[in-house]
Amino acid sequence: MKINYIILLLALTISACGSKGQKSEEQSVQQTNESAETKSEIQPDHPGKKVYDSVCLACHMANGSGVPGMHPPLAETDWVTGDKERLIKLTLEGMSGKIEVKGEEYNSIMPPHSHLTNKQIADVLTYIRGSFGNNASEVTVEEVQEVRNSL
Amino acid sequence: MKNFIPFILLAFFAFSCAQETGNTQTLTPDADNGGLILPEGFSAIIVADELGRGRHIDVNDNGDIYVSLRQHSENNGIACLRDTTGNGKADIIEYAGEHVGTGIKLHNGYLYFGADNEVVRYPMQEGELLPGNTWERIAYGFPQEGQHEAKPMEFDGKGNMYVTVGAPSNACMEQMRTKGSPGMDPCPLLEYSGGIWRFDENTPDQHQLENGERYATGIRHAVATRWNKTVDELYVVQHGRDQLHSFFPEMYTTEENAQLPAEEFLLVTEGSDFGWPYCYYDQLQDKKVLAPEYGGDKTTQGRCEDKKDPIMAFPGHVAPNDLLFYTGDMFPERYKNGAFIAFHGSWNRAPEPQEGYYVVFVPFDGENPSGDWEVFADGFAGEEVIESTSDAEYRPCGLAQGPDGSLYVVDSNEGKVWRIIHS
Repeated sequence: MKINYIILLLALTISACGSKGQKSEEQSVQQTNESAETKSEIQPDHPGKKVYDSVCLACHMANGSGVPGMHPPLAETDWVTGDKERLIKLTLEGMSGKIEVKGEEYNSIMPPHSHLTNKQIADVLTYIRGSFGNNASEVTVEEVQEVRNSL
Repeated sequence: MKNFIPFILLAFFAFSCAQETGNTQTLTPDADNGGLILPEGFSAIIVADELGRGRHIDVNDNGDIYVSLRQHSENNGIACLRDTTGNGKADIIEYAGEHVGTGIKLHNGYLYFGADNEVVRYPMQEGELLPGNTWERIAYGFPQEGQHEAKPMEFDGKGNMYVTVGAPSNACMEQMRTKGSPGMDPCPLLEYSGGIWRFDENTPDQHQLENGERYATGIRHAVATRWNKTVDELYVVQHGRDQLHSFFPEMYTTEENAQLPAEEFLLVTEGSDFGWPYCYYDQLQDKKVLAPEYGGDKTTQGRCEDKKDPIMAFPGHVAPNDLLFYTGDMFPERYKNGAFIAFHGSWNRAPEPQEGYYVVFVPFDGENPSGDWEVFADGFAGEEVIESTSDAEYRPCGLAQGPDGSLYVVDSNEGKVWRIIHS
């Protein structure tokens, strides 16, 4: 337990230092990524990785860190680990306009991906929700179909 | 306002002090040159750090420095820096201006600022560091479509202002950045973007399409722009298109995607057409080729034969974000009238390693380069191999020349400013 408290304190200190602290954020992301390698259930041969590498990686980067000021990160953000319906919808329809992700403003455009199959979308969203330090539940084919029907 | 009067007094004293001591005799470079790797004889001083998300930079005749910011810092978009002791370090850092954006240029007693949707100007006040806060709008009506919105501006000394209007698109596909979607032909975006627009530099409230003139076209996006006063012409460096492999994996490998297309160094004369979106420049074949969205097969030139070629080609995706023609006396003779280009570094080389994050030098003779480009300042990224763009510690984004001939570089991650000197 003691060790947990020390880690918590360390994490708090790191995040407290980060007034303009992109570096601090990156450090904490890296730390979580390292621990995720042992904890995460997502395996490198997960079918979602193949979709990620061919469709998402160019903009969101191999480690889900995005591009500063341009493409938002997928690591440790509520946009990915939070509301599944919102995530499925923005994947299908794309997205534009100003958003804030982890304290940074983004104003670029993500193209729609409705041409992907329900299975491809379910796989890739499951993959990103369980990678890059994320540890959120899977997305099913039925959930994608449901959102697709509602659009 | 109460706090303003003592500040003016302070600024006045500081200014007098800087006038007396602000010379390179007293400059002591940082022990590690602020992390930069420079040619022999050059050294660097960190002027300021953590200004915010820096973009471009300009330096006044008295040495005061102005940095545009992409996001507000302390509710302002312009960082104003003054070195009162002459040691090269900014000891007064104030913030001004309500706009955020990229373009920033001191011109005829004004500080012009390129917000993404308009170009405005703030009045400069003699002896004061901060510009006045009563700004006026010079040009507006630019597309707001979430891509390539930076608005750098240049002046020709004859009363004209030139503004890049980037295309809100990658390759003018019918469906934005979607695999299999064909290119629109003719590309309707060229009517209002993908080129350089010319305005009167003093007339307020000019609408881009009603009052501005399209000076040149077929330029996807050019953040690096500079009027070369020696030859009296406009030069820009274009951000070439992205995602050849993502959209045409059967035609381009990931390695080819990392290299192609070239980032093009363009001499922009009135009426020039550089071919975007129909064409891109392949630096490995030394020619402009037809883009695959328009039926291209990697080698066919077709309608691209008539498009204007670049004066130099750089590797793909390295993101030229500023250009400066050196006119100072501090650097050795071979640098005189040559071009410095700040490359912001790539993202679209993944899964191959990223590239860029350096300042290059291109020697010039008259209107054209007289030799190949070379890396002038490196070490910004901190790591040898950058896989993801966010791994780069610093990213050079803006360049300015100081009154003594120093070269200033600003980074976009933290707003760090270096002053490069030669002794």
